[in-house]
Amino acid sequence: MSPPLLAVEHVAVHIGGLVAIADMSFEVPAGRIVSLIGPNGAGKTTAFNVITGYMPPTKGRVLFEGQPLSGLPPERIAARGVVRSFQRTSIFGACTVFENALMALHLRGRAGVFGALLRLPSARREEERLRAEAVALLELVGLADRAGTVASVLAYGEQRRLGIALAVAARPRLLLLDEPAAGLNPSETAECTALIRRLRDERNITVLLVEHDMAMVMRISDTVVVLNQGRIIAAGPPDAVRDDPEVIRAYLGAVPEADGVLHAPA
Amino acid sequence: MRYFLPWAFLALLAAVPILLPDPYTLSVLASAGIFIIGAISLNLLLGYTGQLSLGHAAFFGLGAYASALTTLGFDIGIGFGQRITLAPQPVWFGFLAGIVVPALFGWLLGRLAFRVRGAYFVIITICFAQVLRLLTLNWVELTQGPMALSGIPALSLWWPGLDAPIALFRKDQIYWLVLAVAAVAFLLVRQVVRSRIGRALVALRENETLARSVGIRVTHYLVIATVISAGIAGAAGSLFAHSVRIVDPDVFLFIYTVTMVIMVVTGGKGTLWGPVVGGLLFGPLPDLLRGSAPPEAQWIAYGVAMILIVMFLPRGIVPAVASLWPRRAAAKPAAVAVEAEG
Ligand SMILES: Nc1ncnc2c1ncn2[C@@H]1O[C@H](COP(=O)(O)OP(=O)(O)O)[C@@H](O)[C@H]1O
Ligand SMILES: [Mg+2]
Repeated sequence: MSPPLLAVEHVAVHIGGLVAIADMSFEVPAGRIVSLIGPNGAGKTTAFNVITGYMPPTKGRVLFEGQPLSGLPPERIAARGVVRSFQRTSIFGACTVFENALMALHLRGRAGVFGALLRLPSARREEERLRAEAVALLELVGLADRAGTVASVLAYGEQRRLGIALAVAARPRLLLLDEPAAGLNPSETAECTALIRRLRDERNITVLLVEHDMAMVMRISDTVVVLNQGRIIAAGPPDAVRDDPEVIRAYLGAVPEADGVLHAPA
Repeated sequence: MRYFLPWAFLALLAAVPILLPDPYTLSVLASAGIFIIGAISLNLLLGYTGQLSLGHAAFFGLGAYASALTTLGFDIGIGFGQRITLAPQPVWFGFLAGIVVPALFGWLLGRLAFRVRGAYFVIITICFAQVLRLLTLNWVELTQGPMALSGIPALSLWWPGLDAPIALFRKDQIYWLVLAVAAVAFLLVRQVVRSRIGRALVALRENETLARSVGIRVTHYLVIATVISAGIAGAAGSLFAHSVRIVDPDVFLFIYTVTMVIMVVTGGKGTLWGPVVGGLLFGPLPDLLRGSAPPEAQWIAYGVAMILIVMFLPRGIVPAVASLWPRRAAAKPAAVAVEAEG
């Protein structure tokens, strides 16, 4: 049997005296949508930081297609095919939406110094291809008509979509999305859900999702991994996880309400 | 119109020696042009990567010395009774050395300095220029120290059918030479900035964390920018050496770096035309002040200019002027950060 696309093996992260992740192991099989959920401060973003090379694990290792990622910087991990989006909207604010897309398409090009300096025909052809890809990318997330707009003046929902587009641009094989629906209204959330499905179905991208919107998580995920205080307390298909008593307790007695969102008390 | 304007501007500049054949004016403009080339190269670093090199005169001075020493030749002892000797080489070979040597140092400095960015990069570049100044002052056998390298030959031109190369002595010849090199430098930086490499530089400047997440290698691209920048600054230094025809350790002085920084910041960093506009304003200043004012006047003028710019045009002249044409800015998707030139 071939190894899972991503394997997180006994990862621990200590930040100063604080244990952000105590001991975490889970797998993401190719072609699946796996969700990582848990209350605020559970260690979800920290897990993303470790997988994508922004933070070294204190213990344990991360394997992508059986090869260790630990020790590689984020840009090398991206080149391997693992790209993440950020919980706090991250875009190139001073640049236009189109420029944002072109910048994020970096790994789709190869042109080097001499190609650029001498405007070699190969570099020009590549530039045309990248521009076409940028247009297609913006169409995918419904921002094509905003191409000329400076990214910082986009509406919040548009900025979120641009953030996802930037992560998708490099055509990752594993896409890590950190709370993509945070702050979105119900119709935007539905669009976001549809987009993630399309990425998996049409572009064959495996997705690891961190999200607080339980309705979305339950609808979209093949597997749900529940993290609490740096430890995995449950993992399995959405239905099984939803009814797990320890999961319900982790949300401090929060009960799924009519909208399906688990409301943790403030 | 947009394509026509830069060429008309170049034609106008090329016509200056015919319209205004005054040798003093031409020599002032030529020396301004040399610093504009330096400013164009600095802009690639300061404007597009956001890294402030306060030792940029180091690359300029290295270009001047490398070019001068290659054309003059040298014979130095390196201890243990060994000597390194170089016979005088053709001037264009010197010009080439004036580009390659600073570019190599740019690579080395970039490799070392970009592990630590921001304030540390500023400090390392300042030290780099100071060390070179001390080295050229004290390594008398190679550089003549404070006595200066003199008798540097002028650059020359030759094409098939010509009996002997034409040495470029006259002020109008030097002016045209500087203009040609400046135009090439401008075009090279423009190509880089509008390419995949330029976008990587701007991405790193705007949001390094995000840039890395999409696979942009930080050190790799900052080093590329430094090498290109150093090479172009070296070409300016070489032009300086072969037009003034004497080089002393003062080429590494801090005031030269500050001159280039003021040009870039005033004109608009991160815009293609910024260093040209800033350079045309400040380039002739030292020559105009010389003789009529004490040396401190240059520093005072820079200080005043800096305060005015920060107060009234924080992004520089070119972005301010470009924003007067909102229609064009809106019609052009590729505006703002990557190319805010008019
Ligand atoms: N860079 C950091 N410095 C200090 N503490 C951190 C840092 N990153 C995360 N933490 C801590 O680690 C724990 C997990 O945080 P995080 O991974 O952001 O949680 P989540 O994304 O699940 O809400 C929290 O207690 C948080 O305060
Ligand atoms: Mg988080």
